[in-house]
Amino acid sequence: MTPDGYAVILVHSTSHAMRVERLLRDEGIACKMIPVPRHISSDCGVCIRILCQEIDAACCILEAAHVEVESIQTI
Amino acid sequence: MIYLDNAATTWPKSPGVGEAMLYFLDHVGANPGRAGHRLAVDAARIVYSAREAVAELFGAPDPLRVVFGANVTEALNLALRGLLCPGDHVITSSMEHNSVMRPLRALERQGVGVTVVGCSSEGFLDPALVEAAIRPDTKMIVLNHASNVVGTILPVAEVGQIARRHGLLLLADVAQTAGAFPIDMQADAIDLLAFTGHKSLYGPMGTGGLVIGERVDPSLLEPLKRGGTGSRSEREEQPDFSPDACESGTPNAVGLAGLEAGIRWVLQRGVEAIRAHEMALAQQLLDGLQAVPNVTVYGGLEASRQTATVSFNIRGMEPSDVGLRLDDEYAILCRVGLHCSPAAHKTLDTFPGGTVRFGLAALNTAEEVRAAIEAVRQLSRQAQ
Repeated sequence: MTPDGYAVILVHSTSHAMRVERLLRDEGIACKMIPVPRHISSDCGVCIRILCQEIDAACCILEAAHVEVESIQTI
Repeated sequence: MIYLDNAATTWPKSPGVGEAMLYFLDHVGANPGRAGHRLAVDAARIVYSAREAVAELFGAPDPLRVVFGANVTEALNLALRGLLCPGDHVITSSMEHNSVMRPLRALERQGVGVTVVGCSSEGFLDPALVEAAIRPDTKMIVLNHASNVVGTILPVAEVGQIARRHGLLLLADVAQTAGAFPIDMQADAIDLLAFTGHKSLYGPMGTGGLVIGERVDPSLLEPLKRGGTGSRSEREEQPDFSPDACESGTPNAVGLAGLEAGIRWVLQRGVEAIRAHEMALAQQLLDGLQAVPNVTVYGGLEASRQTATVSFNIRGMEPSDVGLRLDDEYAILCRVGLHCSPAAHKTLDTFPGGTVRFGLAALNTAEEVRAAIEAVRQLSRQAQ
């Protein structure tokens, strides 16, 4: 796969991050839990890193599951 | 040894529970939600999987509305103290455990109106009496799904429909039924479901929680405690979203690993199949004990209307003596006394003496029940 950059999905808490991970993986979207990058937030929690090219697909899945997302940012 | 104290805590645990806890301690061990390294993420995954298992078992649509805590008592306190304010009115039954009665009596002193609807002397509740008790200021109905003393099943679904019609919340205490009796929050119209992990979910002690239904805004629930959640760490105010709002402090992740394994075992075996097995054992026990001279069995005496918990007394013998002799002479372990439920015993007319309680669970066998009946028969011969 050609790397085309990453995005991170920021959610309220680690529990929410776990829900996002489960939903995305169930739909075949590769994701990795990483600490929230310091330049994005001072939070001590985790966020979900995905490939930028999968942002749209991820948004559809999370919207359908009514998961509240704080923001999605490229890194 | 025959363990018949399952209404207090199931033992032995189902296969896989101990292994899951040992795996967590030996191979995961980190603090869930407090860091982003791989072990912390693994720990968070295990806790989240436990949320999913709870949501699946109770038909809750969103695992994030499963708030974990130490036990059902904590969950009931959270729901009652977190939602009821002075001026509100709450309705309950006369078959409740002190885990409901004591928080309610404390709230009563603070100005919350409390109505206790009487049950029959067998321990059953007429839903019409609940509806008749509703007042303009009623906010909530809190109901034991099944008695911890005699196992009688209370009409949660019917009361749930009454609550919906009147715009009230239904808080169900499913300590005695979770894993042993089919429960569906949607079908049973349960708005708040308080459960414990260490009974028929076969998890360890120190696990339990509150499942928040869709009619309740989690941000309106006043937490019992506040503190670190691993989220919104830049702020000194408590987050208001579920589950973090009411889950401050490091959770019992090793316990939740065991709880998930227990629930998965229940789901794999099937709640209906467990119910059928326990119902057969309960009927065997009810019939057997009733056939013993000098023995009084309490409750509805029909397995189809109760859980596999059976209370009885031997005339001329104190419950405490019966319990001691069953343990010493027959290695049969049970619980005697009031079972933390004075209201229920008053309803059954067994207060203050109490009863002897045999609590059966999925791993008990017909042979154990036969041996327990025989032991009671032998003791009853020596009574009086």
